[in-house]
Amino acid sequence: MLEPFQFDFFVRGIIATTLVGALCGLLGVYIVLRRMAYIGHGLAHATFGGAVISYLMSFNFLLGASLWGFLSALLITLTARRATIHSDAAIGIITTASFALGVALISRFRSFTRSIEAALFGNILGVTTGDLLVIGSVAIVAFVIILAGYKFFLFTAFDQDVARFYGVPTGWVDTMFSLILAAVIVASMQVMGVTLIAAAIVIPPVIARLLTDNFRMMMILSITISALCGCFGIYISFFIDVSSGASVVLLSALVFVVVLGVTSLRSGRVTGRSFTGGV
Amino acid sequence: MLHPTPHERRGSTPIIRLDAVHAGYSALLVLENVDLTVMAGDFVGILGPSGSGKTTLLRTILGATRLYQGDVTVRGASTTRRIPRAGYVPQLETIDWTFPVTVEEVVLMGRTTKSPLMPWHSGEDRRMARDMLERLGIDHLRKRQISHLSGGQQQRAFLARALVSSPDLLLLDEPTRGVDIKTRDEVMHLLHDLNHQGITILMTTHEINTVAVHLPWLICVNGRIIAEGPPAEVINEDVLLRTYGAVMPVIEYHGMPLVAERPHAASFRRGASATEGAPNDPGTMTERHEHGNHSPRGRSGRAAHGTDGPPHRDA
Repeated sequence: MLEPFQFDFFVRGIIATTLVGALCGLLGVYIVLRRMAYIGHGLAHATFGGAVISYLMSFNFLLGASLWGFLSALLITLTARRATIHSDAAIGIITTASFALGVALISRFRSFTRSIEAALFGNILGVTTGDLLVIGSVAIVAFVIILAGYKFFLFTAFDQDVARFYGVPTGWVDTMFSLILAAVIVASMQVMGVTLIAAAIVIPPVIARLLTDNFRMMMILSITISALCGCFGIYISFFIDVSSGASVVLLSALVFVVVLGVTSLRSGRVTGRSFTGGV
Repeated sequence: MLHPTPHERRGSTPIIRLDAVHAGYSALLVLENVDLTVMAGDFVGILGPSGSGKTTLLRTILGATRLYQGDVTVRGASTTRRIPRAGYVPQLETIDWTFPVTVEEVVLMGRTTKSPLMPWHSGEDRRMARDMLERLGIDHLRKRQISHLSGGQQQRAFLARALVSSPDLLLLDEPTRGVDIKTRDEVMHLLHDLNHQGITILMTTHEINTVAVHLPWLICVNGRIIAEGPPAEVINEDVLLRTYGAVMPVIEYHGMPLVAERPHAASFRRGASATEGAPNDPGTMTERHEHGNHSPRGRSGRAAHGTDGPPHRDA
């Protein structure tokens, strides 16, 4: 049972995925409630383009990819302000173009195929102590900002339009959220992989929403479920020898199916009781 | 419905002023050449068919539309520089009812900027929210998720959010839409009370007979301001025709103008055929009000089927 913990890479990996899970669970609540699930998927792909460019320019990978992701988020917001372009279309255009740029550069310069595979699908083998420090720092900053701005983030998520009339600086709230999201995606890229980050962001809050009608409880559940899925997903991946990101996402999906089944049965029983009572 | 204390348009200080305003959204002009002054303490109803610009007028006052031309000032400050503070109650249809928030959390949103440096709401915020919920009679529902309320209770919850921010200006978008008669009367009484306490109120409505005629001041809108004044002056066939693009007979009942419902198109045809040759039959009110085939003006072509308006009869 404790065999994997003999390996330093595994210990670093399991700490990283637990932290990344908690981060994704935290941001995911706002993303799901604002019906922006696609943005996690899109920005993950956009940062991939930034990561490849940073690599080619010998620029700091984390900084370059974060900056690229943040700029992509801003560009999406600006494009979606045009009445004729909805945000989902803006996300589709900007992020896939960025991803395609990354793919084009890879195919042009074929020297770094292996690390790109890790970026695409996640690999805990490459998690260094430096990576852990970065993930830890991003986690602390993200939690502090989201908790400090709790009221503002909540009102903006609930009704951005009306929040403005009550003096909430929704532009700043959006910008801050985009910045944190870009940083979290970059920090998660090594562990989860670009293609699987979106699932890690979306599934835990959806499970939490099935379990509660309370926003605060939804946050707590989402963070906890996400962190636990991260932790146990890596643990399972060690034994079944699959990529870390895939293992975490599959475990989350399994939990979702179970919770959906249980809550559906429970609501079915409640409906049945009401019906019987009505008769 | 009538409030025990009579209203009068009052106040000498303008709180809202629109000068030659052309406003709308990106590539869509909705309001044209609107001049409007609302005094502090006014209680104003905004009437008009769907798509006439009622909501856009409220949003223009809040600086949330594209201002193509003209100037909007609230409390003397231009809305292009900063969004004015106001209690705003949106149409209930725009609310995300699946969002996992309780009634209390919704009301507390109205206090978000009162203590911006604190991550959570202060004890004072919570006390004020409880007081407001008690005042509106929904304190016992404060822990409920918002979708688990009746229409009237939902309306009160969002009214509480607006009021807990202690506004001197309240803008409401169809606050009586979709609620039963008793709730509608309660909401209107509450708004009258608030107005008596000095809060300036602007509200949009589709309900002419049950809401609009009881307000002290009305503005009829259809892309521009068609008319404004007390109901006795504004609710007449000419203004309603220009506002809704439909013939709407007006009768007087205890000194109050009321729009008489016309028979349904099908029954109208039956009635017309039954009374053929007897145009002065008192049973066919429509005959008395038939003005021929009116072409709706400008954008009012869409307005010909306004909620309160009877179906327009083809000549």
